[in-house]
Amino acid sequence: MNPSTLASLSNLLIPTATIIYGLAMLAHAVEWASGLRVVKKDAEAKVLVAADGGEVPDVPADAAPADAVADESSVRGDQASRIGILLTVLAFALHAGGVLTRGLAAGRVPWGNMYEFSITASLAVAIVYLALLKRQRLQWLGLGVTFVITAALGIAVLAFYVPAGDLLPALHSYWLVIHVSAAAIAGGGFTLGGLASVLYLIKSRAEARAVDGKPMPAALRRVPSAESIDAVAYKVHAFSFPIWTFGVLVAGPIWAYYAWGRAWGWDPKEVWSLVTWVVYAAYLHARATAGWRGRRAAWVAIAGWVVFLFNFVGVNLLLSGFHAYSGL
Amino acid sequence: MSEVKDRIAAASGPEEPGTPPALGLIGWLRWMWRQLTSMKTALVLLFLLALGAVPGSLIPQTPIDPIKVSDFLAAHPKLGPLYDKLGLFDVYKSAWFSAIYLLLFISLIGCVVPRLSVYLKGLRARPPKPPRNLNRLPGYERFEIPEAGDVLEVATRELRKRRFRVQAYDGAVGAERGYLREAGNLLFHFSLILALVGVAWGSLFGYRGTVLVVVGNGFSNSVAQYDDFTPGRAFSGDDDLPPFSLTVKDFQAKFQEDGPQKGAAREFKAQLTYQETPDAPEKPYLLEVNHPLRVDGSDVFLLGHGYAPRVTVRDGQGNVAFSGPAPFLPQDANFSSFGVIKAPDARPATLGFEGFFLPTAVIGQQGPVSMFPDDLNPALVMTGYYGRPQPETGKPESVYQLDKTKLTQFTQNGDKWRFQLAPGQSVPLPDKAGSLTFDGYSRWVKLQISDTPGKNLALGGILLAILGLMGSLFVHPRRTWVRVRDEDGRTVVEVAGLDRGLERGLGDEIGAIVKSLKKQEQV
Repeated sequence: MNPSTLASLSNLLIPTATIIYGLAMLAHAVEWASGLRVVKKDAEAKVLVAADGGEVPDVPADAAPADAVADESSVRGDQASRIGILLTVLAFALHAGGVLTRGLAAGRVPWGNMYEFSITASLAVAIVYLALLKRQRLQWLGLGVTFVITAALGIAVLAFYVPAGDLLPALHSYWLVIHVSAAAIAGGGFTLGGLASVLYLIKSRAEARAVDGKPMPAALRRVPSAESIDAVAYKVHAFSFPIWTFGVLVAGPIWAYYAWGRAWGWDPKEVWSLVTWVVYAAYLHARATAGWRGRRAAWVAIAGWVVFLFNFVGVNLLLSGFHAYSGL
Repeated sequence: MSEVKDRIAAASGPEEPGTPPALGLIGWLRWMWRQLTSMKTALVLLFLLALGAVPGSLIPQTPIDPIKVSDFLAAHPKLGPLYDKLGLFDVYKSAWFSAIYLLLFISLIGCVVPRLSVYLKGLRARPPKPPRNLNRLPGYERFEIPEAGDVLEVATRELRKRRFRVQAYDGAVGAERGYLREAGNLLFHFSLILALVGVAWGSLFGYRGTVLVVVGNGFSNSVAQYDDFTPGRAFSGDDDLPPFSLTVKDFQAKFQEDGPQKGAAREFKAQLTYQETPDAPEKPYLLEVNHPLRVDGSDVFLLGHGYAPRVTVRDGQGNVAFSGPAPFLPQDANFSSFGVIKAPDARPATLGFEGFFLPTAVIGQQGPVSMFPDDLNPALVMTGYYGRPQPETGKPESVYQLDKTKLTQFTQNGDKWRFQLAPGQSVPLPDKAGSLTFDGYSRWVKLQISDTPGKNLALGGILLAILGLMGSLFVHPRRTWVRVRDEDGRTVVEVAGLDRGLERGLGDEIGAIVKSLKKQEQV
């Protein structure tokens, strides 16, 4: 296949993958919504029981319908979850194909501009998610992950698209492969960690309320305990932080030295990479500090993710500097 | 920064670590030191560092772009001076930013140095005795065996196999592993200090200069030859500069010629020859972006390029008043390049010219502009000035600007005089003041020559820091105890574990140990 065929194949695959990720997101939304019916029936059952004089254990006939609904609902939730994961895997395959053909069309690594970096970085999110899905049982992150990837790909296709082309002289370096892939993989991990931290905050709040006797919102019942979400969040951050350190404090400065004659020059992208690094360093320290563990640490992780996102998108759109891609 | 210290502080009695003790000066100093080196202070300092770094990316910075700073000062007459006072135009060298990172590093040193001795003592310590109530630990399992036998020896073997350090006690064994976590933690923090020392070393003993060299010309490494030279504080001058020289033989640039990225740079190549010392043989080097030339400890980088029109100016008496290339500075992505030509020796009147070199000239609405960075249709578009000869002052003058205070612009038919020339063309000056010939043009390259001696130390420091970081994040310290007890005539084996990392949990390790013990004891 010649480059232009490959380029148009890529231009077909990426939007298709975006749509299928969107469908996967819908499936995961159904998974979350499947819990809602349980509560309703639960509440009705409780009212019935109360009217009967509170003899729940003695009247299994009364309790059975609610259980059945819960079972049925959880089966439906599991089905929706499986469909969501299946669609994610399918979308991932198309997405990976789209990134690959883009790279082949341009004859280089597919991250020479904002469009390419967006499709590659969101592929990194999908890779980290799917790699950890089985081992860490991450399906509860499916909704967030598919949302982020769909949004990233959608924005890339609609706003950042540029045709495949050659690179600026400063990008002619194998450090492009090392530096950017490290940043993308770490960014994929930070994204998962940020999503997990958001979910941790929601779930731990619900758990704290449950202690006070308020019911656990149904949609949150399928989600693991706050403690195990926190453990997952820590694991992805612990995985990403050394890679980020390598990407922005080793590979970045080495390449900057060769390309621009200085290892560190306080370019806006460098500044925000350092800020990202410092915030995640603070996250790791916060987890080891009394009074900061748990919710506060989770907020720090979310702040880190916001800073990372700003560094990735905002710095290119709002600030000028050496890290400008031609044609965005 | 140290959880150990937080624990010690928390354990040291009623004195809350936020309340100043009623002690004298030394007590106060000790209290302040403890505050500074506490983890909470470190956290606050980390946040301050992150926050303090931000303005430098939003407000123009003098070391990066001084022109933008003066534009900002002109545009904000009230805000500008205030920013200047706060050091916001040079954030990373400002007193307050330095204060944040210095405090952070003092806090770091104050934290890790005591921790190092704690760790070294801990390294030699044996795994502790089992606590009385093993069943209160997070991991706990028990099973019965017919008789005690050699179960503790089996347990010792099993734990050693699992890379625990094992200590035998009366009726029990204690085991511990994961010592490298704290080692990694300490390595990480010490290596950061090492990296910072490397950075400081480079800025003290290094130098950096830039020079613009027209193709065909040479450069020899001495302070006087630089356009711009920034020595480190401990840099002593010419004696510290390696005595190499180079000549730029050729420069080639390639640009995207079609598509939406038309005009984007694709390739820059400068062919050099260089001599390491004045007597050394001449060697060739192809200088490209990402491929600096390394000579005698210094690096030569290709930073930029541009055009230098070659012009001959004859004065009113017919003598050559100026001849040669004059580097013009690119003003936009299509290399519309601004520059001046000075002929102070022209007589009877001195002459000066300013204007643009356009590599691909097109007549636009606002006059001639360049439409492409490469030299597809080069043109010189300038105006001229004349004035009375001035005595030599010896004051340095910019070669890129014309001091027009004592000059008058040429006019023709009542209008300001302008001319546009293609290479090879000439134009007579008004009032028989002489002529100007556009002989052709050369390219110039902007080179940076620099030496940053501490960079390998800084790199090594960061790499060691990553190694330490991985140790501190992935090594999982934990303790395991196996105890044999007689309970109402039955022999009970208890296996218990304590997770000393913050995060992992014990997983099914206790279960696996129990399973293995049972198998070997055949119960």
